[in-house]
Amino acid sequence: MNRTTAPHAPSLGELFLRFMQTSLSGFGGVTPFARRMLVEERRWLTDEEFADVMSLSQFLPGPNIVNITVCVGARFHGAKGALAAFAGLMCGPFVVVLSLGALYTHYRDLPAVSGLFRGLSAAAAGMVVALGLKMSASRRLRSAMAAFAVVTFLGVAVARLPLILILLGTAPLSVAASFWKRR
Amino acid sequence: MSDPALAQLAVDFSVLSLLAVGGAVTVLPEMYRSVVDVHGWMSGAQFAELFALAQASPGPNVLVVSLIGWKVAGLAGALVATLAISGPSCILTFVVSRIWQRFREAPWRMAVQDGLVPVTVGLMLAGGYLITLSADHSIAAFAVTAVTAAAVLATRIHPLWFFAAAALLGVGGLV
Repeated sequence: MNRTTAPHAPSLGELFLRFMQTSLSGFGGVTPFARRMLVEERRWLTDEEFADVMSLSQFLPGPNIVNITVCVGARFHGAKGALAAFAGLMCGPFVVVLSLGALYTHYRDLPAVSGLFRGLSAAAAGMVVALGLKMSASRRLRSAMAAFAVVTFLGVAVARLPLILILLGTAPLSVAASFWKRR
Repeated sequence: MSDPALAQLAVDFSVLSLLAVGGAVTVLPEMYRSVVDVHGWMSGAQFAELFALAQASPGPNVLVVSLIGWKVAGLAGALVATLAISGPSCILTFVVSRIWQRFREAPWRMAVQDGLVPVTVGLMLAGGYLITLSADHSIAAFAVTAVTAAAVLATRIHPLWFFAAAALLGVGGLV
């Protein structure tokens, strides 16, 4: 593959540090921050390369940003690079989130703190609802394919079936329908 | 700290890692089912609070599993849960990234990706539904959820502002 990027390939330490920095500044989703760091600031990837890494990350299971991180690390330094970038991405926020968790447990009996968390939980729920609704507007749902979304929703939210059962039921059929539509 | 709980976390979250089609939010309902309904490690409201904490913190949202692990089995639990949810999907990504060029343009790859969209949407809506029911116990809380959702959809205001406003309302005893 022709690569026209990277004035210089990042070292393991650079991968670790840059991903840590990006992830610590990434509030409400790290992916946009990662794109800016990789494409605009560091120029480790071109726009197209980032889009390619993104589509692979969305294709595979797991959080997109974690998959992006592994791909970028692997691209420059193989397994070691993937590990360094992954460790950078996770370890800063891991410490932050557990520290906040400890504070929360310690003070949750105070009325102000429990009130604060009631407020935060309600807003966080709203974000998930918005994400679901935003994705429902997808072009790919403007057809009979929407039935698979409905069945999945009912199976998970109403019938409370185990995810694996639902995925085994809906995913193969949905993918088969998508194949059939393309032909 | 209990070893059976650690082992259970490791197994449950490794499986979830590979089922997380479309990202961490899609396995939220299954985490809820496992942590609250099946094992009874915490209440639904606590689950919603840990999720909120992870959302309001910097970093990937998947870190909610670190908090769940920590709540269940301390620091070891946090490490085990985080590595379990990340490990399998990371290894898969690493392997596939090496051979991606061979099939990224393949029609079957796009058909699979398109076909998973409805399932992902159903899972996300279910996650929103379940987390709303566990988080909200008053009319005011439902209103905060609804306004946040509407504002995130309709405006470009950064979500952190909504968290801040909702937190203030909560501290003021209004939610």
